[in-house]
Amino acid sequence: MKWETVIGLEVHTQLATQSKIFSGSSTAFGAAPNTQASAVDIALPGVLPVLNRGAVECAIKFGLAVGATLNRVNVFDRKNYFYPDLPKGYQISQLAKPIVEGGALTIVVDGEEKTVHLTRAHMEEDAGKSLHEDFHGMTGIDLNRAGTPLLEIVSEPEMRSSAEAVAYARALHTLVTWIGICDGNMQEGSFRVDANVSVRPLGQAEFGTRREIKNLNSFKFLQQAIDYEVRWQIETLEDGGRIEQATVLFDPDTGETRMMRSKEDAHDYRYFPDPDLLPVKLDEAWIETVRAGLPELPTAMQARFQRDYGVSVYDAAVLTGSRALAAYFEAAAQKSGQPKLAANWVMGELSAALNKAELDIARSPVSAAQLGTLIARIQDGTLSGKLAKQVFEGLWEGAGEVDAIIEARGLKQMSDSGELEKIIDDVLAANPKSVEEFRSGKDKAFNALVGQVMKASKGKANPAQVNDLLKAKLQN
Amino acid sequence: MSLTPDDVKRIARLARIEISDAEAQATQAQLNSIFDLIATMQAVDTREVSPMAHAQEVYQRLRDDVATETDRHADFQAVAPAVENGLYLVPKVIE
Repeated sequence: MKWETVIGLEVHTQLATQSKIFSGSSTAFGAAPNTQASAVDIALPGVLPVLNRGAVECAIKFGLAVGATLNRVNVFDRKNYFYPDLPKGYQISQLAKPIVEGGALTIVVDGEEKTVHLTRAHMEEDAGKSLHEDFHGMTGIDLNRAGTPLLEIVSEPEMRSSAEAVAYARALHTLVTWIGICDGNMQEGSFRVDANVSVRPLGQAEFGTRREIKNLNSFKFLQQAIDYEVRWQIETLEDGGRIEQATVLFDPDTGETRMMRSKEDAHDYRYFPDPDLLPVKLDEAWIETVRAGLPELPTAMQARFQRDYGVSVYDAAVLTGSRALAAYFEAAAQKSGQPKLAANWVMGELSAALNKAELDIARSPVSAAQLGTLIARIQDGTLSGKLAKQVFEGLWEGAGEVDAIIEARGLKQMSDSGELEKIIDDVLAANPKSVEEFRSGKDKAFNALVGQVMKASKGKANPAQVNDLLKAKLQN
Repeated sequence: MSLTPDDVKRIARLARIEISDAEAQATQAQLNSIFDLIATMQAVDTREVSPMAHAQEVYQRLRDDVATETDRHADFQAVAPAVENGLYLVPKVIE
């Protein structure tokens, strides 16, 4: 039987605010335990939450960026459950009237564009952290994270493969960091993914029973967990078994998912509107101010790059992987006047060097202006591609500016045709066999001779000039 | 609508309240009378009334995004039953 995979994602993005969603505690990561947990965060009796304008503004930015409906009046609810890292006994979240509803994200998989619709995005507070290392058989609780603002972004179940799920998660990650509402640091838990996965016979209209894989904190784990889960569900069904609705955890060490809790003891959260918080009103002036402050969005920028710089759909998508990368490309493209060459260098030599050194584009030792100048020197014939790579290495090592490196290392392409003619004469004299072969019609022999000339010039000859001169001499 | 003794037990368990069978029975009667009250309210025609999330027609005031709190964990932890390395210690819970 042919099976179809159905995936919906719930992503918790930690909002990049200075303070918590309902208190004035700092949200900075990595502080000593409980030093950033105020009376509100630890739920002392009598405290009241006061909503952070910055958190609401992040949610507005997101809603505008995905073309969603912003609920002009939205409401906070209490989600009730007991766990020691949730001191109030409830999490403040939004159920019936979330701030953001609808919207969509465009993803590219195998060169094909696909639209993934969003169900909603709502504001909520994060819980604290439970540390299960041995404290005399007890659990340690750190409430620094309690009350950190989150935007939970829920997609429709519209993805049909792990590749699509990863593409969606990546596009969402790019977007939230692009508009500056989340730092995107997955190791620190700023961007956590839950995947709802089910399978159904191809062509069946109803969804199969889903299992939810919790807390995936890397794109690689997301892919692995979904692939494992899909195989497991198909095998279970083909063996005549049934899928029970359940929450599962992914174990990166074994690459398997295992059950955390089944539906029988699934939570009954008894949501109700939080009487401590009034409905939140978004007025039009505020929304328009936020809209005016939004940067050019990735999809708009991709279209512009294709239009103005003539780069491909794929290149445009890669170059807008982050705002820093896009800005770098644009600066290099403008400086060099050669956008396509700039795109190739940014995605090729530069990205490879950055990956190897595990550096972010923002910390590139080679500036966009330097790369632009380098590309301009290729264009004006000063450098061949090969020599340019040597200059790039010099720039990377911090050996100075482009022209200084060319001068100091003697990397200038040979422009003296007399000097080149002498080399060609020597090569022709030393390779009578190749000359003979060329004259008898073997084109390959010509390439061999070009190679010899380039070698003899130590790579400094201009390949186009070599071609012309060599042809002229052979035809004599 | 009325509640069964099992409903009452389940609600008690969700709220982590331990109740005896006698208490459950008494509570069941009380809760059912509240349901009667709700049934009376639900009989009112509210088709023209939009739902309210709060009793007052006012909106949430917002706070500027500034970290204003200082570290007071020593004060807070002075009354905690068990503390170590700045962490609150609680009975072990692992799902």
